[in-house]
Amino acid sequence: MIGTQLIDDYARRISDEKQASVLDGASAGTEKRYQVLHRDYGDPDALRRLAGAIKDHTLQHLGDYLVQAEKALLARGVKVHFAATGDEAKETILGILRGHGVTRLTKSKSMAAEEIHLNPYLMENGIECLESDLGEFIIQLDNDVPSHIVKPIIHKNRREIAKTFRREGVADDYNDDPGTITRRARVFLRKKYMEAQACITGANFVCADSGRMLLVTNEGNSRFGMAPAPVHVALVGIEKLVPRERDLAVFLNLLGRSATAQQLTVYTEFINGPRAPGQPDGPEHMHVVFMDNGRTDVLASNCREILRCIRCGACQNVCPIYRQASGHAYRTTYGGPIGAVLSPLLFGDRFPELADLPKASTLCGACNEVCPVNIPIPDLLLRLRDKAKREGIHSPAAIPMSPFATLATSPSLWRTAMTMSNAMNHLPVEVAPVKPLQDWLGQRTLPPFRGGQFRKWFKNRDRS
Amino acid sequence: MSARDSILARIRTVTAAIPAKVPLPDYDPAITHCLPRLEGDDLTAVFARNLGNVNGRAMRSAAEVARFLSDGGYRHGYCDPALHAVIGPDLAAAGLTVETTYDRGRYDDYQFGITRASGAIAESGTIILDDNQTSSRLAALSPWVHVAVLDAATIHRTIADALAALGDSPNVIWATGPSKTADVEGILIEGVHGPGEQIALIL
Ligand code: SF4
Repeated sequence: MIGTQLIDDYARRISDEKQASVLDGASAGTEKRYQVLHRDYGDPDALRRLAGAIKDHTLQHLGDYLVQAEKALLARGVKVHFAATGDEAKETILGILRGHGVTRLTKSKSMAAEEIHLNPYLMENGIECLESDLGEFIIQLDNDVPSHIVKPIIHKNRREIAKTFRREGVADDYNDDPGTITRRARVFLRKKYMEAQACITGANFVCADSGRMLLVTNEGNSRFGMAPAPVHVALVGIEKLVPRERDLAVFLNLLGRSATAQQLTVYTEFINGPRAPGQPDGPEHMHVVFMDNGRTDVLASNCREILRCIRCGACQNVCPIYRQASGHAYRTTYGGPIGAVLSPLLFGDRFPELADLPKASTLCGACNEVCPVNIPIPDLLLRLRDKAKREGIHSPAAIPMSPFATLATSPSLWRTAMTMSNAMNHLPVEVAPVKPLQDWLGQRTLPPFRGGQFRKWFKNRDRS
Repeated sequence: MSARDSILARIRTVTAAIPAKVPLPDYDPAITHCLPRLEGDDLTAVFARNLGNVNGRAMRSAAEVARFLSDGGYRHGYCDPALHAVIGPDLAAAGLTVETTYDRGRYDDYQFGITRASGAIAESGTIILDDNQTSSRLAALSPWVHVAVLDAATIHRTIADALAALGDSPNVIWATGPSKTADVEGILIEGVHGPGEQIALIL
């Protein structure tokens, strides 16, 4: 029997209040996503499979597409940089900013920037770097880290935020009305946009055929950040490419619905170079930094499918472990199922330290079912468990034997539970077949079991 | 070797070793169409309905816009100079004052911004703003109310159609409803950094 993993220990120490926030936010996300996708498409799975195939193809021909995109960007007057590591990316960005004499900037939410801790680095080097996404702004004020890809402050409630605003001088008094909180951030941040000398963003997609870069936000923060700023720097993971502009119809439709149950995210910005002559708004200088930082290692591994990820957060919302443990328990930028695969691979030198993450899964298959690019996450988790075994790595253990650990490390037990299919959703605790499962049901809220994909995956896995 | 060359070399080595490669899928863009949202023959009506679904408002005349603004207490704003010639009289008649240059130093003085949209998407209720055809990005962003003036003939039926017609502008933005967030406890709040009211004036 395997002892409790480090992640369990984190999960156990989360306050009830925080856990309730995460659970509510994640469950609501899952429900809405399901309703919208199935209202809008007769066969959403066909779209997910197509998206997965387009991404697979792109990754398998990444060299060609990267060169094509670079060429298109250069032709549009964009400066293109490459960075092999996170440190190189940070140095490159600092160099660009210094070259333009930038001391103040705003930054719109970027997971790539989170991954390399760009913010603190720029601050240490004397550049004021303000997050402009509401959630990220609050994270920055609290010196916290995001706990969800799409909803960075899913773990916070309005009272904590109101206190932060008063403490940090964003507001003079305590007011925890969400509308007031938002209005206060609006007033505070627009002054900063106007004063900023640069705007840093990530990118959701880069089209190889045109070099066009896509940024989606609901708040309009990247739009506002970029409109008055003379310099735009985009930090882009090399896996962000799609072959053609027309493929965006597949990805945009899936991204909005999977992330926030929207048909489209409110602002979908297509950036194709610095501003045109005669235009009053928009950056005069545009830089794109393509970053590897472990991505070619992932490409070389037997888990390369994880690079299809478009960072929608749906797998986090649906995951029973994430819902209980929250994103912070994964101890890296990426929490939840995506993080359980990506983090140990991306941060390869930390693999032994993160080897518990692939075990933090019930292999219930829900993450694969919701993934807009159809990543076989449970398969990848098993491959990573194998890798740990082959390399003789024992995960960092915490206190031995919780029901959580038993179930999480015992796929057969979980499968027994899951073959009861819908019964699971209504099962009274007492009738659960085994003690650990009783304990589990007693304290965990399961995502509704949808059947289908998991079984298919499971059958195929058994045969191979 | 430069970072560029070493990254590309590594990618090429790694991808060369991948056994069965997937061809670039060829597909009919119809697979992306959201049929329930596309119901109806009149594109303008479909657009207006879907704009309503995302809490935006479709209006059919300058007088209607002027009434909405004055009823809401939005007295002063920005108007694209070319559009001013067309809708200026209606705004003036409602007692609204406008500037035809946007002064960044006074970004809070504009309660509404009226700018030109280069198109729209019926399927999603989206307004398309293209740098090549608009006078000011900020005027569409900083005021509480944004009025996008749209020629009904430029409404695309689907997202896929609009993608095929992106053109070569350095900056195009699709706005689908007002700016919003649900970061605080999942509660929907409109008007975060951009407009809290998104209006399309269809002419
Ligand atoms: S792995 Fe799939 S579901 Fe999870 S964040 Fe990435 S794209 Fe979304």
